[in-house]
Amino acid sequence: MSKVQFNHLSMRFPGVEVLRDISLDVREGEFVCILGPSGCGKTTLLNIVGGFLQPTEGEVTIDGVRVTQPDPRRIFVFQERGVFPWLTVEQNIGFGLFKLTEEEKRARIAHYVQLVGLVGFERSYPRELSGGMKQRLEVARALAVNPDVLYLDEPFGALDSITRLQMRRELLRIWQAEKKTILFVTHDIEESVQLADRVVVMSQRPAHIQRIVDIDIRHPRDLSAPRYIQLRDSIFAEIGLAHQV
Amino acid sequence: MKQRILLPLATAAILIGTWDLAVQLTGTEIFPSPPDVVRALVTLVERKVLWGYIGDSLLRVAGGYVTAVIIGVPLGLLFGWYPALGRAANPLIQMLRPISPLAWMPLAVIWFGVSNIAPMFLIFLASLFPIIVASMHAVRNIPPMYLQAGRNFGLNTPQLLRRVVFPAVLPRILVSLRIAFGVAWIVLVASEMIAVDSGLGYLIIDARNAGKRYDLVVGGMLLIGLIGLALDSAFRLLTEERRWSG
Repeated sequence: MSKVQFNHLSMRFPGVEVLRDISLDVREGEFVCILGPSGCGKTTLLNIVGGFLQPTEGEVTIDGVRVTQPDPRRIFVFQERGVFPWLTVEQNIGFGLFKLTEEEKRARIAHYVQLVGLVGFERSYPRELSGGMKQRLEVARALAVNPDVLYLDEPFGALDSITRLQMRRELLRIWQAEKKTILFVTHDIEESVQLADRVVVMSQRPAHIQRIVDIDIRHPRDLSAPRYIQLRDSIFAEIGLAHQV
Repeated sequence: MKQRILLPLATAAILIGTWDLAVQLTGTEIFPSPPDVVRALVTLVERKVLWGYIGDSLLRVAGGYVTAVIIGVPLGLLFGWYPALGRAANPLIQMLRPISPLAWMPLAVIWFGVSNIAPMFLIFLASLFPIIVASMHAVRNIPPMYLQAGRNFGLNTPQLLRRVVFPAVLPRILVSLRIAFGVAWIVLVASEMIAVDSGLGYLIIDARNAGKRYDLVVGGMLLIGLIGLALDSAFRLLTEERRWSG
């Protein structure tokens, strides 16, 4: 079933054309990576789906309804800098739960503290946490309001490579447990092939969809399997990079 | 902790020693030695005027400063939150800001006459502009993702202001309030040169005019400095009680 639809989306800022005629159908529960070079307009695209920007032409619909503003049913996750430094871990997770009763709220917070592995840090402030923990906190804050869709904008970009790998595994585990639709923006080819059901390869600016690659490998993915390497290299080739340093 | 108290005390001891030595070596008749200053202050206590002076000064600074906070913070937040309003007001603020509060003195006397209000008004002016400007910048410098996240979770504007904007600007505003308080205390002496007959600033002017009592002049200066130090330390203790920073 189709969840998020981009219909002939274009975006121009004064003097620059950023996005050109983007059409894409994201299925319910699907994990889609939007892959492209830095500055190609991926974040702009995500801001439009998130309802923070209005496109110049075309529209985005979710469950058939046109997106015009942000909505708590679809949560945007930034790099870990999006957590509120003035709130503790549990207050951050509870931030969007202001419509629940105290009891429901407490149960919900406890569940997500557990899910993202922050037990014991409920009363800590973000600055007392590591980068990876802050990132997990932000994911927990997003999940706590029980959204159907998550938008992640290069969420692991600021983490070291070991933490990044762990976070990918965590995210996949959470995605499988919570059955969310995920739109994940990245410029990291390996990351996109490790995570996504489909990788949407964007061109340079003005960005259009260059190719959509189905990643037909089951999780957990073996990063040295021939099929993984084949798909990864085909994307490298698509972007015009020889896979050599 | 030991170092934070002992080292500054050592510095003070060295300075006072040098001061005393200098007075003795030069044999000056005008400039007081440290014991002279202490004796002068003790006589003020005995004549039961010192505590009243300190109280009056604190009252004036508090009156002017608190009014500046009450008006300046909301005004600055408003200018920061509504950029058009900020653009409209900013040139005026930047024009008024460099005018020394002392330049307002004649006007203050016309408007408020011989009263506590005139010095309070000068202290108010001195602290108002730094507070407005800092509050305005604090709002403008809120990381956009905090606001975006707030909207994303479905907050309306009043909720956003209360739950995101206010806590996000608090650390910067507290720092600016502390700086503005320092400015207010500096302006005190000047503000007490007019229209009043009490206070630490008045003490200094009066001691000089009424008989060149430089022991009282220096004593008044030291008192202003020491009280300023105490108030700033108290302010810092109050504002740094947070475990998070912005």
